[in-house]
Amino acid sequence: MALNMKRVPVREQDPQIRAKNFEEVCLGYNSEEAVEESKRCLSCKNPKCVDGCPVAVDIPAFIKCIKEERFEDAAKEIAKYSALPAICGRVCPQETQCEGKCVMGIKGEPVSIGKLERFVADWSYANNIDLSKKEAPNGKRVAVIGAGPAGLTCAGDLAKKGYGVKIFEALHKTGGVLAYGIPEFRLPKDRVVDKEIESIKKLGVEIETDVIVGKTVTVDSLIEDEGFDAVFIGSGAGLPKFMGIPGELANGVVSANEYLTRVNLMKAYRDDYDTPVKTAKKVCVVGGGNVAMDAARTALRLGAETHIVYRRSEAELPARAEEVHHAKEEGIVFELLRNPKEILVDENGTVKGMRVIKMELGEPDSSGRRRPVEVPGSEYDIECDMVIMSLGTSPNPLISSTTEGLETNRWKCIIADEETGKTTKDRVYAGGDAVTGAATVILAMGAGKKAAAAIDRELSGK
Amino acid sequence: MYKIVRKKCLTDNIIYMDIYAPRIAASCKPGQFIIVINDEKGERIPLTIADYDAEAGTVAIVFQTVGKSTRDLAEYEEGDSVADFVGPLGRPSDLCSLDDTELKEKKIIFVCGGVGTAPVYPQVKYLFNRGIDCDVIIGARNKDLLILTEEMKKVATNLYIATDDGSFGFKGNGSQLLTKLVREDKKEYNHAVVIGPMIMMKFTSMTTKELGIPTIVSLNPIMVDGTGMCGACRVTVGDEIKFACVDGPEFDGHKVNYDEAMRRQAMYKTEEGRAMLAAEDNKNGHKCGCGGGK
Ligand SMILES: Cc1cc2nc3c(=O)[nH]c(=O)nc-3n(C[C@H](O)[C@H](O)[C@H](O)COP(=O)(O)OP(=O)(O)OC[C@H]3O[C@@H](n4cnc5c(N)ncnc54)[C@H](O)[C@@H]3O)c2cc1C
Ligand code: FES
Repeated sequence: MALNMKRVPVREQDPQIRAKNFEEVCLGYNSEEAVEESKRCLSCKNPKCVDGCPVAVDIPAFIKCIKEERFEDAAKEIAKYSALPAICGRVCPQETQCEGKCVMGIKGEPVSIGKLERFVADWSYANNIDLSKKEAPNGKRVAVIGAGPAGLTCAGDLAKKGYGVKIFEALHKTGGVLAYGIPEFRLPKDRVVDKEIESIKKLGVEIETDVIVGKTVTVDSLIEDEGFDAVFIGSGAGLPKFMGIPGELANGVVSANEYLTRVNLMKAYRDDYDTPVKTAKKVCVVGGGNVAMDAARTALRLGAETHIVYRRSEAELPARAEEVHHAKEEGIVFELLRNPKEILVDENGTVKGMRVIKMELGEPDSSGRRRPVEVPGSEYDIECDMVIMSLGTSPNPLISSTTEGLETNRWKCIIADEETGKTTKDRVYAGGDAVTGAATVILAMGAGKKAAAAIDRELSGK
Repeated sequence: MYKIVRKKCLTDNIIYMDIYAPRIAASCKPGQFIIVINDEKGERIPLTIADYDAEAGTVAIVFQTVGKSTRDLAEYEEGDSVADFVGPLGRPSDLCSLDDTELKEKKIIFVCGGVGTAPVYPQVKYLFNRGIDCDVIIGARNKDLLILTEEMKKVATNLYIATDDGSFGFKGNGSQLLTKLVREDKKEYNHAVVIGPMIMMKFTSMTTKELGIPTIVSLNPIMVDGTGMCGACRVTVGDEIKFACVDGPEFDGHKVNYDEAMRRQAMYKTEEGRAMLAAEDNKNGHKCGCGGGK
C-alpha cells in the first residue's frame, strides 16, 4: 500500500464565516478520518515523536489503538501521561514538538498527532469513558494554588493517589489561562475546558474560588491553620508588560490580558453580560505570540480591521503555526519588522494612531534569534483607534512576597527543582508558568505531574 | 455565594450592606478593597471596605448606584446572596504600618467627600481603637446626602461637617472648611487623608499642598481582576506608572495625575450608558433600588 504523504485534511469553519463568530474554528476529525490518518503512522521502533513530547506520551501506542478502532484503549493510553488531552490536542505547538520530529515529515507531511489526540479525547467525552481510577483515601491533605493546567493536573494526580486535595483559585472561574486567556473559537469553554475540570472534580478534588493566596490567606496559614500537609503553587505568570513609550495611558490602549479577560472570562462580547469592551474600527496588536494572535482574532470577530505589529520577521513569530495560518486566512494584516515608538493621542486623550519604525534583522541575540535593529529615519504613522499590547507576561509577586523562605529569581519566577517542583521552602512545591515564566499548557501540565509524584513520595515516606 | 446579612439605605442612592465573608473579614485592614460580582453575568465591581467584623465574619460595603451593576446590586435584599466576593485587595492604609509613637506624632485630618466617607470610617475607627486622635471633615452637596455622621462622631476626635448649600454645618466644601480650620482656627495638621470623587480629591489635594500638609488619596480607577493581571487600573503618580489595584489604592495626593485618571475613568462611559438604558427599558423606572431594605 502506498503511503499517503499528505495528511487527511481537517474540516474547519470557512474563514469568511468564522471571522464573524466565536465558534470553534477547527472542527476536528470524525472516526473515519481519524482511522485513515492513523494509518499514516509508521509505528517507528524508536519513535522520535515521543522525544518531542514534553510529557513523553506513548504516541505510537495510542495511534495503534486508533488504527484498530479501539478508541477507548487509545484514551486510556493517553491518560497514563496526560490529564488534559482535549486541551493539549487543541493548543500544543505540535509543529515544534511531536509532529516536528515525526519521520513522515522528512519527505511529506508529519502525522497529525495533535488532531488525533483531540479526536480521542473528544470521543471519550462523548462516550462518557471513565478514566478515573482512584486509590483509597490516605488521610493526607494537599492545597493547590491556582486552577490552571499546572494546578489542575497536580490536583488530579494527587486525588487519584488518595489525597484530599483542595484548589484555591483567585478568580471566580477555574481554568487559568484556559478560561481567561485562550478564546472560545480556539478552545471551547463549556464543551472542553469545563468538562476537563468536571472530571477532576469527580476525582474528589474540591475547588474554592475567590481566594487570593497572599491576600485572603497565605501559604503559611494553609499549612499552619488549615492543616494541609503540603502546598503546590501553580499560580501562573499573569502580569502584563507595557512598552514604556509615550501615550501608553491613552484611552484605547489595553493589555492583551485585559482585552481577552473582558471577552473570554467576562463574556463582554455577549449582550446579556454586564462587562463592557471597547469596540474599535481599527486595532493594532503589538507582539507575535499566541496571545497576540488570540487578541487580534478576537478584535477581528468584534468587527475591527486588525493589524499585528511585530518587530521581527515571520520566521520568528513565536505563535503556533496553525494560529498564524488561521489569522491570515481570516484577514489579519501582518506588519512585520515594525516596532512602535509612540502612541498618537487626540485632544480627548484617546488613541488616534501609532508611530512605528521599520526594523531589520541583525546578529543573533542570546535567544539565538536575529536581533531586530531600527532602520534610522524610517518612522511612519499607522492610523488606529485601539492598541492591544501583547508583549509577554511575568509571574505575580503576590505569593512570593508574602511567603517567608520562598525564593524567586530575578524575573520573579519561583525557584523550584525541575524534576520535583520542590521550592526553597519546606513542603512547598511549584510548577508551570509561575516557575518558568510564560510557557505552554503541556509544560505546565508536566510540571504539575512531576510535583504530584514528588509530593506523594515525600508524604508517603517512600 | 456570599450572603447579605444586613442592608440599609443611607440616602436615596447610597446603600450599605454587610456581607458574610469570614476569610476576608479575618484578613482585611483599613484602606483595602474587595470585588463583588452580583451574579453569573455580572461584572467585577471594586468597592472599598467600609467596615469589618472578624468575629461575626462580615465585611461592610457602601456604594452609590451609579451604573447598571451597582443598581442591580441595590436590588438585592437581606438574606439574598451575591455570586462572588473577593479580597482583601490592594495595600492597607499606610497608617496601619505605623507604631503608636509614630502615630502619636501625626496630626491627622481626614477629608471625606460623599460616598468617600465610607472607606474613611474603618481608618478612623482603627485609630480610635488604638487611642490615637484624629479629626474628620465630611462634605456633601446637601444635608440629605451626608452619610455615616453618627458612626463617625463616635470615633473621631472632632467631626466637622460641610454642605455646599449650607443646609447643615459649614457652608462650602470640605476643602474650604479645611482652609478655615487651619487659617482661622489655627488647627495644625501634618497628615491628610482625602477620599471622595476624583475631582474632589484633585481640588482638596491642591488645597493641602498650599497648606503644606502631606496628603494621601484613595483612587478608584476602572479595574477588572484587581490582582495586577490586566493593567486597566494604571495611573500616573509622579513620573511613575502604577497599578492602583496592587500598588494602591492609596497614593501621594500631591503626585497623582488626576486629569488623566478622570479621563481613563470615563473610558467605558458610552458602553456603560448603553447597558443602563437597556436595564431601564426592562424595568420601567424603578428608581433607587432600595425597596424593602431596612
Ligand atoms: C492568550 C493566551 C494564549 C495561549 N495559547 C497557548 C497555546 O496555544 N498553547 C500553549 O501550549 N500555551 C498557550 N498559552 C500559554 C499557556 O496557557 C500557559 O503556559 C499555561 O496556562 C500555564 O499554566 P499554569 O497552570 O502554570 O498557569 P495559569 O494557566 O496561568 O493558571 C494560574 C492560575 O492561578 C491563579 N492564581 C494566580 N495567583 C493566585 C493566587 N495568589 N491565589 C490563588 N490563585 C492564583 C490564576 O488566577 C490562574 O487561574 C497561552 C497563554 C495565553 C495568555
Ligand atoms: S485591576 Fe487589573 S491590574 Fe489592576
